[in-house]
Amino acid sequence: MIKFDHVTHIYTGDREHEIVSLSDINLEIHDGDFIACIGANASGKSTFAKHINGLLVPSEGNVIVDDYNTRDKKSIWEIRKKIGIVFQNPDNQLVATTIEDDVAFGLENIGIEEAEMKRRVAWALDLVGMAELKDSEPHLLSGGQKQRVVIAGALAMHTTYLVLDEPTSMLDPRGRKEVLEIVKKLNKEEDITIIYITHFMSEAAEFKKIIVLDKGRIALQGTPKDIFGRIDLLKELHLETPQITKFARLLSENGLNIPPDILTGEEMIKELCLYI
Amino acid sequence: MKFFRNLTIGQYVHKDSPIHKLDPRIKILTSLLMMILIFLTESWWSFLIIGFFFTVNIWLSKVQIKYVLRGLKPILVLIILTLFIHLFTTPGEVIFQIGVIRMTWEGLSRGMFIAVRLFLLILTTSWLTLTTSPIALTDGIERLLSFFKIIGFPAHEIAMMMTIALRFIPTLMEETEKIIKAQMSRGADFESGNILKRMKNMIPIIIPLFINAFHRADELAIAMEARCYRGGEGRTHYRALSFKYLDKVFFMIISFTIALIIIINVV
Repeated sequence: MIKFDHVTHIYTGDREHEIVSLSDINLEIHDGDFIACIGANASGKSTFAKHINGLLVPSEGNVIVDDYNTRDKKSIWEIRKKIGIVFQNPDNQLVATTIEDDVAFGLENIGIEEAEMKRRVAWALDLVGMAELKDSEPHLLSGGQKQRVVIAGALAMHTTYLVLDEPTSMLDPRGRKEVLEIVKKLNKEEDITIIYITHFMSEAAEFKKIIVLDKGRIALQGTPKDIFGRIDLLKELHLETPQITKFARLLSENGLNIPPDILTGEEMIKELCLYI
Repeated sequence: MKFFRNLTIGQYVHKDSPIHKLDPRIKILTSLLMMILIFLTESWWSFLIIGFFFTVNIWLSKVQIKYVLRGLKPILVLIILTLFIHLFTTPGEVIFQIGVIRMTWEGLSRGMFIAVRLFLLILTTSWLTLTTSPIALTDGIERLLSFFKIIGFPAHEIAMMMTIALRFIPTLMEETEKIIKAQMSRGADFESGNILKRMKNMIPIIIPLFINAFHRADELAIAMEARCYRGGEGRTHYRALSFKYLDKVFFMIISFTIALIIIINVV
């Protein structure tokens, strides 16, 4: 379980410009959760992500990961073993010159033995469907493939939590789909807790729970249906609703008997079929 | 326009051969020792032995001879130049003389000797780089240098820097190309003017490239830290190096060869 207890973070660049990027966040993330985090630019999403594995330490309050406090320098590596993190730009996360060497990078860092390392690398690459390309060089891969390798790197560490900070914002639609599919599979089959930060509302709609950040505060949290049902509030927070939800709302406002909180294409098709 | 279409780092040629399978450490050491011998020796016999040794080696490695020759090409001018300088400046028995220019037998033999020496030096490095992948080379260097860790030599850090450099060369190349195209589309001219002007024109490429590179370095450092990177201490290696039967055989051969060369030179 990850617990945010009154977490406030203040960036102190120079003295006159203190930026409060998180303020009084209270949150519990349970094992097996499948959470999306959305918010406008500068709402504190990335700062939030970096607090989870101790890359940033709160100015006030505590972040507790399975009984370890991220403030505690001694336990920071234990925490980072538990929490894999995937950033936006896949190019700037791959360290080694081949795919398998890169997946092994984290394992080398925590001193895993060679035989075990080989096993884990093969397992992780297989899980993300990149086993065939294990010998290729990172610059020859597509964006989606690169992100899958980064995810494999985290999985090889046997992480229990995976934090993804806008992993798809630099990818093409196909790459986006690949990454989202893998993330879903990991949550379902490997029971890995997912915290997925995104600015694509259609992606967020596929998660079990959504956290909406605004100016460093949690503005809303709930199921996608709860969140995207509140169009007026979302507009205030400079957030869009998924296109399909907008469409459903327009149809229902114009007299069709369609629920206005539809989130996926399939749901919409089902509802529309009732009319035929 | 594509500037860097055929980009390969180094000149490694992948083949399935006993030479490729050798431990990189033993190959690096062999190259080093051979280069020292090539520099020190004054006997044609040692050159013959070294030449024979690498000919057999390259033949065993299944690397086509054209790759070896390609490596020699840039150095060819230097070899010919050295040959001619020795040919005409060494005093001794004159072969022929036109005005002040005269050619001597001593010059010919000395020039040939130096030319062969240069040729063998290139052959040695080619043999190493053609048959050893950059990753293996980096690994080998790290492991060899780790002997010096006791005196505080940053072996791991150097190897890590080499790895990251290797990893990011293609990425930065791609980026350079993008920047060049972007600047060209906005009217920048990289192809006309004298050298000074052209150098000045490179500034709009270099500055964005550097800014981006620093940005990347920053993000990469965070990503590495998030993946538990904390320097070389307590780190294990995915590609463990161990001396196998093949390495032992090669070790015997190379020891014998070196002993032979030393005996020839001393006696």
